[in-house]
Amino acid sequence: MSDNPFSLWVYLSQSPLLWLTVTLLTYAAADAVSLETQRHPLANPVLHSMWIIGTFLLATGTSYTTYFGGAQFVHFLLGPATVALAVPLYENRKVVVAAILPMLIALVIGSITAIVSIVVLAEAVHLPRGVILSLAPKSVTAGVAMGISESLHADPSLTAVSVILTGIMGAIIVTPLMNRAGITDFRARGFAVGLAAHGIGTARAFQVDALAGVFAGIAMSLNALVTSLLVPLAVTLLMR
Amino acid sequence: MIASLSLILLCQLAGEIIVRGLALPMPGPVVGLMILLLLLLARDRFALLARGPLQGDGVEGASRGLLAHLSLLFIPAGVGVVQKLDLLAEHGVAILAILAASVVVTLLVTVATFLVASRLMTRREEKP
Repeated sequence: MSDNPFSLWVYLSQSPLLWLTVTLLTYAAADAVSLETQRHPLANPVLHSMWIIGTFLLATGTSYTTYFGGAQFVHFLLGPATVALAVPLYENRKVVVAAILPMLIALVIGSITAIVSIVVLAEAVHLPRGVILSLAPKSVTAGVAMGISESLHADPSLTAVSVILTGIMGAIIVTPLMNRAGITDFRARGFAVGLAAHGIGTARAFQVDALAGVFAGIAMSLNALVTSLLVPLAVTLLMR
Repeated sequence: MIASLSLILLCQLAGEIIVRGLALPMPGPVVGLMILLLLLLARDRFALLARGPLQGDGVEGASRGLLAHLSLLFIPAGVGVVQKLDLLAEHGVAILAILAASVVVTLLVTVATFLVASRLMTRREEKP
């Protein structure tokens, strides 16, 4: 009898069911707290789900591979979600077409800034080459960034981590930063956070203002296109 | 619902096949995004296409459902940080600092470019 709870744990901890449930439950709780605090930037649901699940895995000695066996069902949806971005783009095509020039200019300049700034800063602090390559696509959505990282023979799992960290930082910093800078154009604010902090930034933008969310979604999908073309180019030009 | 999800997956699948087939330097889902966008635009022009998931709110509803909890989808990859604790112990402070600096610079440069460009455009429109 005393053996039972342990063998149950051994069984469950190897099954996808437990880890899928843990992922969804933790997110649901973190999202509820975020709602409760009127979407305070520091109550970011991704940030808190990450450390809670991470601590749980370390405390129970569960490997990431085992965890991912269950969480992969959620992770898989990143690809379809990228395709689904066609819908907000389509639905807002009038606003998008009206602001097409400022968007395209901001897209190119912003995308180059995102890549060049991280590569230059990383070289300045003497990070190893493999780490720099993995950090370069950090401003685009995880599925795309991991694809870029793979094609550069970098470390896609490190890329994923830097993508998430970038997204969380962008989502936390954008509201106070833009308020302090006195920027009231929510198209511009949304576009900037979608470009710099992809889906997590976009999720944040939707919390603040609907129009900002739309422009963030557009910036995020356009940046996925531009960055996948620019990163290979930038690393050949900037890294010797 | 199932038909709409199938259409989204089909676009992604077609994107992957195109990317692999032509050895393009971009991820399959991005090509899938363009395919779905073209399909939606084509549907407005050719009534023939307006059926199944491209009819009513089919694929739009399914996409909104997927995008409503976009944050959730980043968690499995984010938890991968537990695998990188040794690397973070070694370079963590540097990585966090440069990521934060890069985000702030990118946000400010992008927002400034957008505002300047849209102001220049409206000024040009006002001048006949």
